[in-house]
Amino acid sequence: MWRVGTVVALHDETATARTITLEVSDWPGHVAGQHVDLRLTAPDGYSAVRSYSIASAPNSDARIEITVERLPNGEVSPYLTQELTLGDRLELRGPIGGWFVWRTQQTEPILLIAGGSGIVPLMAMIRWRMATAGSAPFRLLYSVREPGAIFYRDELQTLSDHNLSIGVTYAYTRAAPKDWPRPPGRIDAKLISTGTWPSNLGPTSYVCGPTSFVENATDLLIAAGYSRENIRTERFGATGERK
Amino acid sequence: MNSPMNYLDGNAAAGELSTIFAMDVTTAEGECAHCGAIKRFAEAHLYMHAPGVVARCAVCEHILLRLVSAHQHMFLDARGLTYLRLNV
Repeated sequence: MWRVGTVVALHDETATARTITLEVSDWPGHVAGQHVDLRLTAPDGYSAVRSYSIASAPNSDARIEITVERLPNGEVSPYLTQELTLGDRLELRGPIGGWFVWRTQQTEPILLIAGGSGIVPLMAMIRWRMATAGSAPFRLLYSVREPGAIFYRDELQTLSDHNLSIGVTYAYTRAAPKDWPRPPGRIDAKLISTGTWPSNLGPTSYVCGPTSFVENATDLLIAAGYSRENIRTERFGATGERK
Repeated sequence: MNSPMNYLDGNAAAGELSTIFAMDVTTAEGECAHCGAIKRFAEAHLYMHAPGVVARCAVCEHILLRLVSAHQHMFLDARGLTYLRLNV
């Protein structure tokens, strides 16, 4: 079932990513971690469908936020990040998915691992955790190309500065800030051992990012003693060749 | 050809499958008809490069389900699943 969302706010997260707030009058509510499908239709009838994770926490004001990263040769993301304006209407389907979600009833330690824009559904979990003042301790390991590519930077900074139950570790893959202790590179066993929970605490993990990133992170977690049953993954590709 | 790193998760097909199933498919448990592995549909490897969607077993990579839209029809081939247990 397709709904209609009206663009009510636009906010640039980075030079290439934009957060879009949609008002959806018949929105049934969502769970942190779910996604929506957006459908764009050209005047000639050609349509393209893409999936975007919801960044906002569940709420009752019929609004959702998605954050879209512009892909160089993308068919949909350049439009969403550069041409969309306030008041525009978008067709959407959702909320979708009941597996890659975090619910407030979960009290075990939570490990979130994000690669690039894989942070989006994990941010919904962090925001929901903060909004409900839940007791589950969270750790986020966030892999980004460079400091300028971090989404929700100020919000994450404030959270990790003022809240002991949310720990944030950044891993830079191309360029790190000056004096950063770790040279740029992808997530490795050492970072897993310092930025995650000891496996004997029985954490549940949510890993979201490009497929190769998710494979690497999942293998490292299993090598560190994590149980595969408690690792939930969401992979995305730059492909999404869907109609 | 499916290279090892160009698949997504069953989750990525959930929107398309919601046009067929009234219940959430991602949390449904399915048994692979080839190797017998029982996994959530969300854990399947999903290939979207074909004309349509192909879900493969995360353990043995055999095809679980294919979904193709053509004109006014959708073709669903789920013979790779012995069963799919949906949460009511």
